[in-house]
Amino acid sequence: MEIPYTVEVRPDTGLYNAKMGIWLFLASEVMLFGALFSTYIILRTGNPDWVQHSMNVPLATLNTMILISSSVTVVMSWASLRLKNFARFRMYFTGTLLLAGGFMVVKAIEYNQEFSQGLFPWSDNYMGIYFALTGLHGLHVVGGMVVIGYLLGPGAKMWRTAPEQYVNRIECLGLYWHFVDLVWIFLFPSLYLL
Amino acid sequence: MGGHTSPEDIKKETRTYLLVFAALAVATVITVTVSYLDLNRTQAITVALFIATIKGGLVAAFFMHLLSEEKFIYSVLVLTLVFFVALFVLPISTLADAVGEHFVMEGVEHGESEAH
Repeated sequence: MEIPYTVEVRPDTGLYNAKMGIWLFLASEVMLFGALFSTYIILRTGNPDWVQHSMNVPLATLNTMILISSSVTVVMSWASLRLKNFARFRMYFTGTLLLAGGFMVVKAIEYNQEFSQGLFPWSDNYMGIYFALTGLHGLHVVGGMVVIGYLLGPGAKMWRTAPEQYVNRIECLGLYWHFVDLVWIFLFPSLYLL
Repeated sequence: MGGHTSPEDIKKETRTYLLVFAALAVATVITVTVSYLDLNRTQAITVALFIATIKGGLVAAFFMHLLSEEKFIYSVLVLTLVFFVALFVLPISTLADAVGEHFVMEGVEHGESEAH
């Protein structure tokens, strides 16, 4: 049986099903990260003896630049596919994967520095929420990398068999990736600068 | 955003993406620079979150194409926003009341009950 509305638009929503699905998923993600941000505010405002460690701002700034660059490459890869330029799509999409890998490497260096300073998730409330938020965000980056790797590798066959559906998959991945970027945009000042 | 746009339109879109990228990069530099200024805590939080909101808005509006999306997506997002605001307002509002606050009655030593 063929899955309906993978390419054509559903009349009642005006969207193909995967796009509706990814937006509902992103809505649930807003609540997941929102709960942790809310926890951070409560912990911080409720504790007069709050310990704020000075984190590595240059590395976090570098990671911010890396993530916004990856947001551009992912949207450019989608645009390239819509222009039916698969070679350019592959270039931008591979660039996104490399940038994501770069983000994780920088994050690993940062974690390593923190561990070597004796700062662990159980050290204090700030380190607890810092590792919870950045760790969860990092897991999202890794998840995105797995999907990008699949769509670049075995999943790319779909470009020959069902090109429109493939374009839609890249659009959905792009929406997820921009959300991951969006979360970092708020994490960066909240955890590193304030 | 669908696949029925002309190649010219798509090329125009890509130019917009690059402009947005430049704006995001500049905003990041501003955020970091401002954090080194001698602002009080309220000012620092206001400025940092204001810039972050602008950056987030740019990503959502242009990269996620929320400027020209279907009504269904806006409905989902409005509903999400309502619960998101509740998620912040409800716990934070508990800080404003006195429930659970420790207080000491006059004439009663700490840890003693009135029956003693």
